[in-house]
Amino acid sequence: MELIDTFFNAEVLRRSFPMLVKGLWVTIKLGLVSIIAGLALGLALALLRLYGKRPVQFVTSVYIDIFRSLPLLVLLIIIYYALPFVGIRMSGFWSAMCALTMVSGAYSAEIFRAGIQAIPKGQFEASQALGLNYRQMMFDVVLPQAVKIVIPPLTNNSINVIKDTALASVVAIPDLLKQATQAQALAANPSPLIGAAIIYILFLWPLVAAVSRMERHFGAGEH
Amino acid sequence: MDGFVSIRNLDKFYGGFHALKGINLDVAEGEVVCVVGPSGSGKSTLIRCINHLESFTKPSEIVVDGTAVAPGKSLSTIRAEVGMVFQSFNLFPHLSVRRNVMLAPMRVRGRSAKEAGEQADALLKRVGIAEQAGKFPKHLSGGQQQRVAIARALAMEPRVLLFDEPTSALDPEMVGEVLDVMKSLAGTGVTMIVVTHEMGFARQVADRVIFMDSGEIIETGTPEDIFSNPKEARTQNFLGAVLNH
Repeated sequence: MELIDTFFNAEVLRRSFPMLVKGLWVTIKLGLVSIIAGLALGLALALLRLYGKRPVQFVTSVYIDIFRSLPLLVLLIIIYYALPFVGIRMSGFWSAMCALTMVSGAYSAEIFRAGIQAIPKGQFEASQALGLNYRQMMFDVVLPQAVKIVIPPLTNNSINVIKDTALASVVAIPDLLKQATQAQALAANPSPLIGAAIIYILFLWPLVAAVSRMERHFGAGEH
Repeated sequence: MDGFVSIRNLDKFYGGFHALKGINLDVAEGEVVCVVGPSGSGKSTLIRCINHLESFTKPSEIVVDGTAVAPGKSLSTIRAEVGMVFQSFNLFPHLSVRRNVMLAPMRVRGRSAKEAGEQADALLKRVGIAEQAGKFPKHLSGGQQQRVAIARALAMEPRVLLFDEPTSALDPEMVGEVLDVMKSLAGTGVTMIVVTHEMGFARQVADRVIFMDSGEIIETGTPEDIFSNPKEARTQNFLGAVLNH
């Protein structure tokens, strides 16, 4: 059974397992930091795009469009390899985190914007008529309702961020994929790559399933 | 400026459409004014200008209790003094009925949750839905939702209450319960400006009735003047159309 020996070699998998777990930890750390920073950036961008002064709205929408059209790998290579030429030097981890945050912020911004725009105008008017200020209107009335709408697409986006952390292996971060390729080189056998694939799936499948559940649940609850 | 609410030369345009044409109106403190007229006559736009949900620019001017209505710091003060009840209720669907009433007093007036809760309970009792306090708006009938909306507006202890066709979105059998609550408010000292199609209510409760058409005030007078002896042809036509069927 050459196929089993090549791709599912138990001995190689067992030996590479500690390396893969270490990689998973880096992947989770990088993913979480980028997701949280991306959400904060996305919310700020969405609010600026919706309610900023005209020039601010324009700049924000240009940012969002650029970072949605720029391939993440290109952005990452620019940050890691090109920015040092203008004196900005960041470690692999922080380069990857910046790239992931800038892109996921742009996507989250569009999700937040759609969520906020789905809230009926009457909710804004009732808040204003009661004398709530802008911050109170957003945090007490609008965003709590928008969150319900945006959680499924934001979770989707977060899954994408975690998957995209694999690109960070090109800037020498010991994430799950990088560890797997190194283990593969050491063992002269690609089984660790399959191991990494299985870990990605085991880790992300529950999140994917949760999104489907939420979409069904929220979809059914509101009508 | 002699009214508690004073409106001077109020013009409002939507693009090329002249929605309000130089409106002048003074409403005294504690007065109940009903604004009637055909759809699209500018009645709703007029009262939505009073709390600046619709913007307007100089030389148009509205003054409430001595303070000019304009964007900026003073606007939130005015909005806290001017309550509004909407045609479509606009309750906050993610908050319980009680929380709907408590929110603004806590945030804007800085009341404690305990104070605001007690006040909410008292107000909900006053509008006859104390037993629904823990429910969410979507579990209430339209009439009950509108009564919650009135309680929510009252919780800010407003000096002026604006009603924007408060019964127009209700099933007919629920109109009465909302009008009853509104009647009970008239004469309590709160100034009420009510845009309505309920002529019976206007006749019974209003101190003054204003008839609007095409963005202008056509005629104003006591309910008796307007409903029994309308002077203007447009008022006569409108009342003829709505009363005789």
